[in-house]
Amino acid sequence: MTRYSRRTLLKAGAAFAGASAIGSPSILIAQAARIKIGHLVPLTGFLGAIGSYAQLGVKMAAEEINASGGIMGKQIDLMSEDSVNPATASTKAQRMIEQDGAVLLFGEISSASSLTIMQVAERNKKVFFSTGARSDALRGKDCNRYSFHCDIPNTVMVNAVGTALKQKGMVKGKKFVTLTADYIFGHDLLKAAKAFFSANDATLIGDELIATDVTDFSPYLLKVRQAKPDVVCCNLAGNQVTNLVKQYAEFGFPYPLVGFNLNTGDAWAMGEGNLSGTWPTVWYHTLDNPASKTFVEAFTKKYGKPPENHAWIEYITLKMIAQAITETKSTESDTLIAYFEKQTQFDIMKSRKAYFRSWDHQLVQEAYPFTVKPKNEMKDKWDMLVLGEAVPAAGAELESIYPTKTQNPCNMKA
Amino acid sequence: MQFGFLLEQVVNGLVLGGYYLLIALGLSLIFSVGGIVNLAHGAFYALGAYISVEITKYLGFGSAMVLSPIAVALLGILFERFILRRFYDADPILSLLVTFGLAMVTEQAIRIIWGAPPISAAIPQGLRGSVFLGDFLFSRYRLLILAVVAAVLVGVWLLLHKTSFGRVVRAGIQRPDMVAALGIRLQPYMTAIVMLGVGMAALGGAFFAPITIVHPAMGAEIITVAFVVVVIGGLGSFWGVVLAAMLVGVVRGITIHFAPAAGEASIYVLMFLVLLVRPRGLLGERIEKFE
Repeated sequence: MTRYSRRTLLKAGAAFAGASAIGSPSILIAQAARIKIGHLVPLTGFLGAIGSYAQLGVKMAAEEINASGGIMGKQIDLMSEDSVNPATASTKAQRMIEQDGAVLLFGEISSASSLTIMQVAERNKKVFFSTGARSDALRGKDCNRYSFHCDIPNTVMVNAVGTALKQKGMVKGKKFVTLTADYIFGHDLLKAAKAFFSANDATLIGDELIATDVTDFSPYLLKVRQAKPDVVCCNLAGNQVTNLVKQYAEFGFPYPLVGFNLNTGDAWAMGEGNLSGTWPTVWYHTLDNPASKTFVEAFTKKYGKPPENHAWIEYITLKMIAQAITETKSTESDTLIAYFEKQTQFDIMKSRKAYFRSWDHQLVQEAYPFTVKPKNEMKDKWDMLVLGEAVPAAGAELESIYPTKTQNPCNMKA
Repeated sequence: MQFGFLLEQVVNGLVLGGYYLLIALGLSLIFSVGGIVNLAHGAFYALGAYISVEITKYLGFGSAMVLSPIAVALLGILFERFILRRFYDADPILSLLVTFGLAMVTEQAIRIIWGAPPISAAIPQGLRGSVFLGDFLFSRYRLLILAVVAAVLVGVWLLLHKTSFGRVVRAGIQRPDMVAALGIRLQPYMTAIVMLGVGMAALGGAFFAPITIVHPAMGAEIITVAFVVVVIGGLGSFWGVVLAAMLVGVVRGITIHFAPAAGEASIYVLMFLVLLVRPRGLLGERIEKFE
């Protein structure tokens, strides 16, 4: 048998990696007449499950755009990769701009990774659309001129669920325990939740910070019982939410469980009869409007399952980007920023149109609280949620549920 | 009251330790007998979970808990016969590479077969909810897991210590050359040990599928904790692994009681401290062939 020493293996590995690095530029030259767009989304780790839906949505949008002749006659070259973690996301973003020739970037779900990509975007003066990150801070103290934010921020999720909870009399005078994801997103959401509790006469009697890779929640659940709250509130993210909800149902506590963050993909993974309570969402495939129905039908036909909210947000974002490039006939950052800062209105498959607010680049749109459908009313396993009335209520200003300039100030450097 | 809460965490930690044990014990056995660090062990855990979810759809929960580990144990035969067997005498780095590769191949295969998004699974209605034993609160489902782990543990101990099979395996751990000199081929025993090891991992996966997220990377997540348990317990020691699994569960629970954010870090600190004081692990034996 041939024996290889560790050193030989390392050398072979290095040679292989070196060869692939040298090999790629030739491919780039051959495709210069295309518009290159970089897309990053977590496909591994605690957000990987929902990231996989995001990638389906973006692929479908790119295929549709290319099939209808591309943007300004040029085909889109979509480079979609796993962002892995904040450090890798930043490295990949830099490489996509510098080496691969991406004219702009979009994607991401993790607020921590989104923050590092935002810094790369600013440094390179390229536009970045952060599609799935929800921390208020990204729109506030960390904001910059090159970054746009598509998903609803934490304050909006708290307002959407909070409004529904208030109507049910579950806030005033109640004792809450929160379980919080231990990274920028969770900390940020807890801050918004605390503001909501103190403004509405609720008390926070306990909070547990939980690492993103936790799968067993039993020690935390014991602490929840020891605190004897009126309501348990989940400020977790990704797989954490699914694991918590499954184990909450396992222990069968009497305290109602609600949450300020949930993605449809997490809910679908929970299993029958495990989810209850009131939660927020940004979009759901049963929304009753024609554009949404057409999209859901096409997506379901292509992939054999309905789109999750990340599939939807990546899809509409790439369509908005395509529209902007087509109308301005430019991929220059300054031109695109000016186009979006005009607060151009976009149809995003909701009853009201959406626009990027000029001072913090937040996509201002409706949100929805939802509750869980009883099993006998479900049409299929995807049909889990009952959407509440859109917030803000019809007639109210869309911006009324978004943080104001004083609440979440953003100072963009020109 | 504070003390009662703490005790509740200790007991809960012991239950969780039982689950870690299912995965770590097989890992330890395969290493002790074959000298192979099976990085693909988590993949069998994931397969156990996925297969049990499929079987539950058709035959119900009970059958799934029995059939899924059996199915995975049968896969273990192929794994041992066509892959592991070639690496017993080879440079350890080769078996590390091949099992690491297999873990990735399995994870991708799961993505291809079941899709990248997680699949849903739930506990049967009758097993939901908590029971009180004295002042302690237990999840009914976890009590069932604890009973199953205890039964498996007794079974494995009896197999290793009270049967002729076990005598050969234990002799093979210490002095494989002597066993060979006595005219006993260790290979069939190794096949059985691999079956047992991956079957136990699959059992863990099957029982945890209804209460944790079932997704392609679940195997990679569990393997780290399993390694920590094996390292703390010490190689070649049955009771070392048992002790370490319980210790890891309890230390994590107590840490979460006092400093929730440090919960996951605590088990690595524990490993560090144990290795500092006893580099061979708590009850690790001196195994000649690895010295």
